[in-house]
Amino acid sequence: MRSNRLLFLLPLLTLLVMAGFFGWSLLSGRDPASIGSVMVGRPAPALAAPALRAGDPALTDSLIRSGKPVLLNFFASWCAPCLSEHPLLTRLAERDGVTVIGIAWKDKPDAARAWLKKLGDPFKYAGFDLEGKIALDWGLSGVPETYLIDAQGVVRLHFRGPLTERDVSDRILPLLKAGS
Amino acid sequence: MRALLALLLVLVALPALAPAAQAVEPSEMLADPALEARARDIGRGLRCVVCQNQSIDDSAAEVAHDMRRAVRERLVAGDSNDRVFAYMVARYGDYVLLQPPFKGTTLALWLGAPILLLVALAAILLGVRKRVVRPPPPLSAEERERLAELLKR
Repeated sequence: MRSNRLLFLLPLLTLLVMAGFFGWSLLSGRDPASIGSVMVGRPAPALAAPALRAGDPALTDSLIRSGKPVLLNFFASWCAPCLSEHPLLTRLAERDGVTVIGIAWKDKPDAARAWLKKLGDPFKYAGFDLEGKIALDWGLSGVPETYLIDAQGVVRLHFRGPLTERDVSDRILPLLKAGS
Repeated sequence: MRALLALLLVLVALPALAPAAQAVEPSEMLADPALEARARDIGRGLRCVVCQNQSIDDSAAEVAHDMRRAVRERLVAGDSNDRVFAYMVARYGDYVLLQPPFKGTTLALWLGAPILLLVALAAILLGVRKRVVRPPPPLSAEERERLAELLKR
């Protein structure tokens, strides 16, 4: 008889477990739509891209394995969220002295150059990937996406979507400070 | 009325009969039909990374187009189907596989439902066994006396 009475508690217990899970999901900022990244913690894929700006040398692998951390940003002139993160990249480059590498993804070089001319150019090195072949090696799903590569050439952060002020202050800058 | 019903039925059944949406463009296809068939097989098992639950063969997204092209490049280069899947997993993780692999982190996914089924079956069996009607114990002498007295009235 006693075990039967405990059985009545089972639905309540189930409800509590589910409520706990939903509560945790809401409060911890878990994003079920996030596809994650397998790049983080691994040595960065090889980098080779033609230069975006006339007269610049082509982008080579040595740029991301120079013993200094770099930020690699995929962007496009047709991409609206890229517009929103542009001031953050500019500030990182100018105020914080971060080396930012930009790659225009599926964008006509002319259009990308005009975009940078209009908004300002935060990129120390800039290349382009017209067909998206370079991006595939980086596990890119779209633009904008940003990778932080540490001094050892290992990917430490991978942001899908536009950078936010919190990404910069809570994740990028602390890692850069710890590394230098 | 009957014609209307038939028309409705046809309309309902139509999507099931039509071939699945295909986003593979003629310009992407390989000349070798055997290789192209393998590419389709692989493409149906790879998830487009920006569309949650569509294969790259069904998706018109830019990234899906790039992935289809990469699959064909790998096949032309002589890779086996497994190598092509590994190539994609190395870049996009297990997320890219529409059929998740069986491993430690997916145990609950694969075994959860069968285990739940077994538990439920066991619970039902136990419940049924408990409910089996056992013959009541014979009446004691006292009870028999009382019964006889009640029946006399």
